[in-house]
Amino acid sequence: MRHIMRTINRRPFQYWKRLQQGGWKMDLFMQYLITGLTIGSVYALLAVGFVTIYNVTGVLNLAQGEFAMLGALVSVTFVQVGLSIYISIPLAIVCVALIGFFVERLAINPVKGAKPGILIVITLGVSIFLKGVALLIWGTAPKSLPPLFENKPIQLLGAVVNTQSLWIFLILVIHLVALYWFFDKTFLGSALRASERNAHAASLMGINVKNMSAIAFSIAAALGALAGAMIAPLTDATYDMGFFIGIKGFVAMVFGGMHSIQGAVAGGLLLGMIEAFSGGYVSTYYTDAIAFGFLLFVLFIRPQGLFTKADGTRV
Amino acid sequence: MRNASQVLYPGRGKGLVIFIILIALLPLVVTTQYIFTLLILLGIYSIITIGLSLLIGYAGQISIGHAAFYGIGAYMSAILTTKFEISAWFAILLGMGMTFLLAYFVGVRVLKLKGHILALATIAINIIVYTILNGWTAMTGGALGLGGIPKLNLLGIDLGNQLNFYYFVWTIVVFIIIFSSNIIRSNVGRILRSIHDSETGVTALGVQVSKYKVLIFAISATYASLAGSLYAHYIQFISPATFNVSFSILLLVMVMVGGVHSIWGAMIGTVAITFLNEGIRYVSHNYLHVSGEVEIIVYGFIIVVMMIFMPNGIVSLFDRFQKRKNEHESDSGLDLKPVDAKGGV
Repeated sequence: MRHIMRTINRRPFQYWKRLQQGGWKMDLFMQYLITGLTIGSVYALLAVGFVTIYNVTGVLNLAQGEFAMLGALVSVTFVQVGLSIYISIPLAIVCVALIGFFVERLAINPVKGAKPGILIVITLGVSIFLKGVALLIWGTAPKSLPPLFENKPIQLLGAVVNTQSLWIFLILVIHLVALYWFFDKTFLGSALRASERNAHAASLMGINVKNMSAIAFSIAAALGALAGAMIAPLTDATYDMGFFIGIKGFVAMVFGGMHSIQGAVAGGLLLGMIEAFSGGYVSTYYTDAIAFGFLLFVLFIRPQGLFTKADGTRV
Repeated sequence: MRNASQVLYPGRGKGLVIFIILIALLPLVVTTQYIFTLLILLGIYSIITIGLSLLIGYAGQISIGHAAFYGIGAYMSAILTTKFEISAWFAILLGMGMTFLLAYFVGVRVLKLKGHILALATIAINIIVYTILNGWTAMTGGALGLGGIPKLNLLGIDLGNQLNFYYFVWTIVVFIIIFSSNIIRSNVGRILRSIHDSETGVTALGVQVSKYKVLIFAISATYASLAGSLYAHYIQFISPATFNVSFSILLLVMVMVGGVHSIWGAMIGTVAITFLNEGIRYVSHNYLHVSGEVEIIVYGFIIVVMMIFMPNGIVSLFDRFQKRKNEHESDSGLDLKPVDAKGGV
């Protein structure tokens, strides 16, 4: 039985060590802040994917983390084949978006409207399946992805900043702008939002709600793949990195109140900071306990999320 | 004329007798040590999945965190017997009592949440417990685990003997089944079912829903704690990796695949998933010569296919058969169909 228990294993968070190398003598606070924001940005990207899928389809996709894993590993493969990293990552994102599309068509679409319990188990099944495929293709050895730019770490207000962190920030910001533009200014984005608000009315307006669900999965998969490709140079990519990152994305989404992209981003950054500061000032052993303890605390006092106004549930 | 409870609840006597005979006879057939160990573990897992079936199938509340309670039980037994040299039986009871209280107080807050958020909150509980088991090295031994847990001894019968332990575990399972089906048949069980169907409706009838949800959560956690203690005394070595979220997921999958709306479904799922995993592993390692845990591809695939085509689990096959039989018999007696709680959460 052990082998199954190991399958959904967590990767120990090696981020800290990698990110903080040489940083201990500098201004610790800044160092933790930057570390937190870097990891937080990755969580934020995943959380945006969660929000997109959850709001359009009502499915909580627990396989979201596997998209990140696939994004990282597919990028690694393209780089090994000899492609430039600037081509590899977009290609990987397209591949994973396609996988997301097929996941929706084959596993989620046939059970439209099923109860949450069944949907949770299905997405868990997809998650295990994707992980198995990754294991078959890439094996167990960690793979490393070169960073976007081979620069030396720079100093910022006493902290040592890996340039990859800056790129992660930048990409997060660019994506927020792009997503804002997509959801607010394009027809497809409006159609997605419409099917989220009221699927029935949207279908009366001629929107193919079924297709919207597949598109939402593709977008979420693409965002997950991007997050994976961003984090890979810092932590290395393995077949079993997905589940835990995915759960963190989910937590970020819950902090943000399940429904808003801005909230999810804020939640991701907050979660990253909690981890970085508790890892730095308390103990790296208990980072997860503190982060998830904070989650329970939030759920107990503000189950509707930290960054939302109060809302009621219709019976 | 059948009375109402016979109509409401299909008889359990026949099933239970067949079950007991099956258990009693299995050791005569099974000769492989490996399969025998699996059978004992199956008994231990069944204790947890029956509790989960009460929680998920009857009360309609999901949990992906029962490995935490399983772990608390196991570590309570291990620490109390090895470090404080308390009697093993007392340690088991103490573990169960503590888990019940803990689950009760956590449950009061957690079970206010619903659906996906509840699932996440239970994952959070599991991760917190797992982290503490890993981090509190002075007590738990950290990632290295705790060894030297004594075997159990019941009134002079050595439960270190595989066969004795096998009968001991499955006797407990039988008691758990009887206890659980008594809960289901009581007014509590009926309230739980109605919570599953419409929480708002039951609240409107003046039932304090949260009380029952929390109670069943605590009971299922106590089952898990008992199973954890048995596991600790059987394997004699525990480490935190066993009590990870992945085990909670495995338990959830067992219950869902077997059929969540029935205790037998939980057991069928436990057996099916365990043997499926072992079977795939055996075939892939010995015949296809692939190493590693590649079998999870098949495992993940089967979960997805099962949930799409048989959302009520394997046990729904039996139900369908039963229903057809009942339709033939419905000329006599009350003209009521057996209550068939819809599966899933």
